[in-house]
Amino acid sequence: MADKEFVHPYIPNTNPTSTAAMLEEIGASSIEELFQSIPEHLRYQGSLGLPKPYPSEIELRRNIAKTLENNISFEPHRNFRGGGCWQHYVPSICDEILSRGEFLTAYTGSRHANVGSFQAQFEFQSMISELTNMDIVSYVTYDWGSAAKTALGMAQRITQRRKILAPKNIGPWRSSQIETMLVNSDIVWIDIDPTSSQIDMDNLLDAMGPDVAAIYIENPCYLGNLETQAEAIGTLAHEQGAIFVVGVDPLSLGVVEAPGTYGADIVCGTVQTLGIHMFAGGGLAGLLAMRDEERIKTECPWPILGLLETQQKNEFTFGWANFNRTPYELRDESQDFIGTGQTIWAIIAGVYLALMGPKGMQEIGETILQRSHYAAKRIGEIPGITLPMENASIFKEFVVNIDDTSKKISAVNGELNDLGFSSGIDLSESYPRFGQAMLVAVTECHNKEDIDAFALTLEKVVS
Amino acid sequence: MSKAKYLKENFQQTRWGENIIYEHSIDGDRGILPPKTEPEILSEIGKSWQIPSPLKRKSRPNLPEVAQLYVLRHYTRLSQMVFGNNVANNIGLATATMKYSPLVNENLVRMKQVADIHPEQDVGTLQGILEIIYNLEQALKGISGLDHFCMQPGGGAAAIFTNAKIVKQYHEDHGEGDQRTQIITTLNSHPANAAAAASAGFEVIHLPPGPAGYPDIEALKTAVSDETAGLMTTNPEDTGLFIPEIKEWTNLVHKAGGLCVHDQANANGVVGIARSREAGFDLCHFNLHKTFSIPHGSYGGGTGAVGVRDDLERYLPKPRVTYDGERFDLDFDLPDSIGTVRSYLGNTQAQVKAFAWIMALGEKGIRQVAEIAVLNNNYMTKKIAEIKGASISFYPDNTDWRIEQTRFSWKDLNRDTGVDTEDIRNRVVDYGIQTYWPSHHPYTVAQPFSLEPTESVSKADIDELIEVFTRVSEESYENPEIVQNAPHKSSTAAVNPNSFADPPMSWRVYQRRRVT
Repeated sequence: MADKEFVHPYIPNTNPTSTAAMLEEIGASSIEELFQSIPEHLRYQGSLGLPKPYPSEIELRRNIAKTLENNISFEPHRNFRGGGCWQHYVPSICDEILSRGEFLTAYTGSRHANVGSFQAQFEFQSMISELTNMDIVSYVTYDWGSAAKTALGMAQRITQRRKILAPKNIGPWRSSQIETMLVNSDIVWIDIDPTSSQIDMDNLLDAMGPDVAAIYIENPCYLGNLETQAEAIGTLAHEQGAIFVVGVDPLSLGVVEAPGTYGADIVCGTVQTLGIHMFAGGGLAGLLAMRDEERIKTECPWPILGLLETQQKNEFTFGWANFNRTPYELRDESQDFIGTGQTIWAIIAGVYLALMGPKGMQEIGETILQRSHYAAKRIGEIPGITLPMENASIFKEFVVNIDDTSKKISAVNGELNDLGFSSGIDLSESYPRFGQAMLVAVTECHNKEDIDAFALTLEKVVS
Repeated sequence: MSKAKYLKENFQQTRWGENIIYEHSIDGDRGILPPKTEPEILSEIGKSWQIPSPLKRKSRPNLPEVAQLYVLRHYTRLSQMVFGNNVANNIGLATATMKYSPLVNENLVRMKQVADIHPEQDVGTLQGILEIIYNLEQALKGISGLDHFCMQPGGGAAAIFTNAKIVKQYHEDHGEGDQRTQIITTLNSHPANAAAAASAGFEVIHLPPGPAGYPDIEALKTAVSDETAGLMTTNPEDTGLFIPEIKEWTNLVHKAGGLCVHDQANANGVVGIARSREAGFDLCHFNLHKTFSIPHGSYGGGTGAVGVRDDLERYLPKPRVTYDGERFDLDFDLPDSIGTVRSYLGNTQAQVKAFAWIMALGEKGIRQVAEIAVLNNNYMTKKIAEIKGASISFYPDNTDWRIEQTRFSWKDLNRDTGVDTEDIRNRVVDYGIQTYWPSHHPYTVAQPFSLEPTESVSKADIDELIEVFTRVSEESYENPEIVQNAPHKSSTAAVNPNSFADPPMSWRVYQRRRVT
């Protein structure tokens, strides 16, 4: 009986007084009676095999924290790993707004009850719109890869074609996501120049034709370089009636040209770089922006907020402007799926952009460019190390080859871990053509001293 | 008017009339200063860092320029105009399972050992997070009865898509990919079942509800054939009704050679009570942001956990977390895997929260979740049914107790007063509670409204909701205009109906139109 009366703090009506009052009110003899519609043979009587719980918060916190302490969180200035999830500085105000339970524990709700989160989403749309030079931005998708998949699927429906041309420089994750999720597609992977990792234009021209739905490029791509031929590639796409899709790291867009300016029809990318912690990948969300053209926006499956005027002068609220084009209404007439995504990160990204402003975005872009170029130069000077992309124009990441040291990246990274550094991502399996190589990421978190310390330590480890 | 104990007669939602962030902009103001590159670096690299001219941005992006305090105030004010579950009664958002998200779990994921770790760090430095993911998988196995779990999908719809892909791959491997082209779902299952199945390349057959509120088994018998790839259904459905013949359903589909996929979006009423395995399902998915307490983040942070039986394990997305008794590792060498649906290991911080929630409750607590969620719902359902103009859908054809949520109808109230369910959605906000979700599409119930109290709410919270709905019903009969012109006390006034046509989707478009 004592056990039966255990009242859990998360479940107020385990209080037997409340339970009894409610049962009496509805005229049921027991809680079990309420499950009458579940046949006996489906009622599970066995053990769920769960471990002994920690109902007391102090014990829970202590035990879960103890497990989590088995992770190593490298000092931000000693972490050089990126490739799709990056350590950028998270302003204090981003953390503060993330801790606001009003945003965090709300669902979409109504435009009246939750006008604050609707406005934050609308402002995110508006600021990304300026960064990308696109008039329409949707709710965020699950991550960059899923945004790319959605953009390419839109292109297929707009053009009624199936073929997608995409370069081999977009990395293992996004290429796998596109192949997994874009069903019934003909995806042609275009070669890249081994000295710059830019698209091999001859190969692209060979593959191009009137059956192509979209050309996809990234700027910067997974391997770190910018695609300086972007405008010509967009023109090539448009000449054949194809859609030009560009993937971006929006943090670069204070210094890198907006894709809308060089011809992109749909833009996808990450949101994680805008004031969001890595969370071991939990900080990812994907952005999706597009031209304000009927044939394009009508294919967007993700909701888009529109600005609504209220009956009060100078007052706004917001509403889903394309509900009838989302899978919520279209069901199987939709060719894409959506659902609860990662909107909390759009709100935080909006906070970040509001803090940074136009000058901040330019300055952070310049700092990252300068420090990454310095790091590449410094690391490239280490005996036995080469930078295979000698002709690449990089933003924050670059490929480092150590073949001449006759060491393996896995061993070098292991030694660097022990010395407190998280070094570049090992490319030897995903890009065997580059030999023993890694992808090194440099951000505003790394100053000259940090870069020098990393280069010196790397030099010691490989020598 | 009814006598009210919990209803907030004098409620007024915070109404800052907060400007759009661009309207706070003052040329030259700064919110935060990024670090500047050291002169030594600049002298060493010369101009090598400059972006080639075709790609160099020609003009700064038009972002607002706002001093730090005012960015903070702006977003704090916006947050004060949101009825998050920490603030207000969210029983109305049925199908979303708005339960308490324990704060201790937030504290855990703010640890730098979660917030500031990279997903591709060497696995030796990720042992803590891999252990949590591995242990969460073990827990979900016990809760569902299925054999293996993967938490890579970014949300429920992504999990449904993952399952549809697995079904497809399975039939292709058995030489029946071209033949088995149809997925059967129910009209009262979440639309994502239809949309994700179609996205995976299937034709979709919908089973409409019969008089009892769920499809008659004869409808399934007609739909099943040698073209059936699988069944994808919620149970209980979004109406709160449990399909009692579900085992017969899965037998039928299996006999025809199809697989059965359980959308466990409504698991909150059955966790620890009835599992996917005993009902004959081969695959399932849980929404960790529903049943397992992850906060909804204003429409995500979601996470979908996909579960399968042994013979389907090889198709799960990669990588998988493995454990050899000493060390946790990642297995990418999975040639039959459908591939990747989200980068890395999914929404890892959500998985930490879900595991911590399970560990706070344990086996008995998990069962209490379902028991109390169902008790709360039936208490609420009885009281709502007593309100003038309201009725329980599919009642009295089906007089069973409802499971964890109930779909109701205002059809009588609408007939009597002209007030419709949209009007009432707006009016309830005036009493300080969240609006409600009417129904997913298509509406199978006239003038629908759907409520789901979950185990987290107190009796007083339910009574508050009842009092609000009772009051709004009375208003509809006595003074319908006040309902039809609502809201009156929320953060904004009612929408000007003219503005629904082609609303601007960004501030720049709004500004452009204003000029022209």
